[in-house]
Amino acid sequence: MRKITYREALREALREEMRRDANVFLLGEDIGRYWGGAFKVTDGLAEEFGDERVRDTPISESAIVGTAVGAAITGMRPVAEIMFGDLTALAMDQIANQAAKIRYMFGGQATCPLVVRTPFGAGVNIASHHSQSLEAWFMHVPGLQVAVPSTPYDAKGLLKTAIRGDNPVFFCEHKLLYPIEGEIPENEYVVPFGMADVKRQGSDVTVVATLYMVHKALNAAGMLESEGISVEVIDPRTLTPLDRKSIVSSVKKTGRLVIVTEDCKTAGVSAEIAALAAEEALDYLDAPIKRVAAADTPIPFSPPLEQFVIPNEKAIIKAVKEVV
Amino acid sequence: MHGNQSQINIEASKLIGNESKPQRMRRQLTLRLTNEKLSELYRRMLEIRLFEEKVFELYGQNLVPGTIHLYAGEEAVAVGVCSNLRKDDYITSTHRGHGHCIAKGAELKRIMAEILGKKTGYCKGKGGSMHIADFNVGMLGATAVVGAGLPIAVGAGLSAKLRKTDNVVACFFGEGASNQGTFHESLNMASAWTLPVIFVCENNLYAMGTCQSRIMSIRNVADRAMAYGIPGMVVDGNDVLAVYEIARTAVERARSGSGPTLVECKTYRHKGHSRVDPGKYRPKEEVEEWLAKDPIKRYEAKLLETHALTEAEARQIENEVAAEVEEAVKFAIKSQFPAPEEALDDVYA
Repeated sequence: MRKITYREALREALREEMRRDANVFLLGEDIGRYWGGAFKVTDGLAEEFGDERVRDTPISESAIVGTAVGAAITGMRPVAEIMFGDLTALAMDQIANQAAKIRYMFGGQATCPLVVRTPFGAGVNIASHHSQSLEAWFMHVPGLQVAVPSTPYDAKGLLKTAIRGDNPVFFCEHKLLYPIEGEIPENEYVVPFGMADVKRQGSDVTVVATLYMVHKALNAAGMLESEGISVEVIDPRTLTPLDRKSIVSSVKKTGRLVIVTEDCKTAGVSAEIAALAAEEALDYLDAPIKRVAAADTPIPFSPPLEQFVIPNEKAIIKAVKEVV
Repeated sequence: MHGNQSQINIEASKLIGNESKPQRMRRQLTLRLTNEKLSELYRRMLEIRLFEEKVFELYGQNLVPGTIHLYAGEEAVAVGVCSNLRKDDYITSTHRGHGHCIAKGAELKRIMAEILGKKTGYCKGKGGSMHIADFNVGMLGATAVVGAGLPIAVGAGLSAKLRKTDNVVACFFGEGASNQGTFHESLNMASAWTLPVIFVCENNLYAMGTCQSRIMSIRNVADRAMAYGIPGMVVDGNDVLAVYEIARTAVERARSGSGPTLVECKTYRHKGHSRVDPGKYRPKEEVEEWLAKDPIKRYEAKLLETHALTEAEARQIENEVAAEVEEAVKFAIKSQFPAPEEALDDVYA
């Protein structure tokens, strides 16, 4: 199998879907031929598909998503890029009140097949307005689907599913994942929504992790193995729909659950997964559920401060050892 | 007059000044329309008026859950604009949207059923008065977030352009919405991309209870068009023919690929903002002045005066419309409420 980066995997998904369906088009700030996207995901696509279909926009997040909504309900399949996840706050009405509800409140008349792609995550010292992980906001809005790919394989397969689907998809990327390499098949494939992936099999403890935290969890699992602790790492891959069954059955098998996410702990993604285990697998748990998540602070700038608030391998190992 | 055509004079104003000194030139236009078209405009306005009067009545009988925002008084805007549109053109609408639906050709009975929360309504009871859509006639729906419809209209315009159709989009919003960021983002984007959108500002002077003069230092929303390099027209929104004519030029401009226009229609709502609002913040003299400019009475007088319509024909149209509205009410009242568990349907495709 060939190896490509997460960034290239996303680009391949966009390219293949744009070739397959003339209704797919991209819009966002600086995604076109002059810049290729702030994280270069769309680099080279304007050259192939033209400026009409790889559309540079004004700095108008609300209008970017609103325009995508209007295009989606009239037959197009727009993929909007919001340069940083933090800036989705500017487009929140269009995402949460319009895109998510337009089908429901019009009694199923509308189909709103749009994708909003955006990078979350800390780790590159760009502080409070460019580093947050806000996935939980979007999980809380019925009508949206939320994808959280952690590998190049998942990124490509999930993005293709997102573009082909008839629902609005909030597609979370992580800026530290873009250069990560992974194996990708030559043949076309898609990754269905609502299907978790067991990234590592184990028997002593279940670690559910998302996005960049999947890699930290896998590192931690490798270190714990040498101490005789067998960790199963589960990546939900989509938060909505959430593969509740896979998570619950792993917890039933290991009897222990640690959840590792980069969003703030309070009312975060980890809270929802913990509640799931409490509701559906309490009798199987041999220890309290542990959550490893970001501190309830804005993301600070200075490297030692930033590193302090973001979960690391050490914190994961500590949490695992507390429950086994 | 030529056979069954009538010639009628209207007035509109066009911006001729510059950014530092916007000035409006009033101009006279002469319209020639067939008597058929003229009576069609009359009928549509009456449909809206009698429909809204009925909604008001049903609300008083506790048959309408929630609240209502009536379009009575503003009929000339929706009808004047939508009468220039084809069935496959699009509109976006607001919380005060019944009139837009009717003007675009949605069925009265299904609008009424939706307002009453019935399963036979356009949205199966999920939307109600503030969220009616009929995608079959290009009515892309009413949003109750002020200003949220503008970027959606821009997207529909972009879609029409990318799909290489000649469809246009009429986007209705109030002067209150023109203070939202989405207004400015949308006009800029539609202008930069030369999109086929007609931005129709229904300036009824009040954003809920807040008079325009208290929150804006310009008189005409249309002057803002200048900032985006597009035409901005001001028109008497209580004169259906004036609206019709200005909208016609804006639609032609959009359809021919020349880009968007901002059309500001000066109008007035006859009732308060919503059902609970008696509108006490509006001076009595102002209300009386505007009621005297009732768009339907004015238009009817003009039609009778120019002999485009006879008194008997006018009363016949009125009776037909009243019967149609009555039918819609019967249909809506007779219809079933949705089963409670239908609340779980249609969240996802």
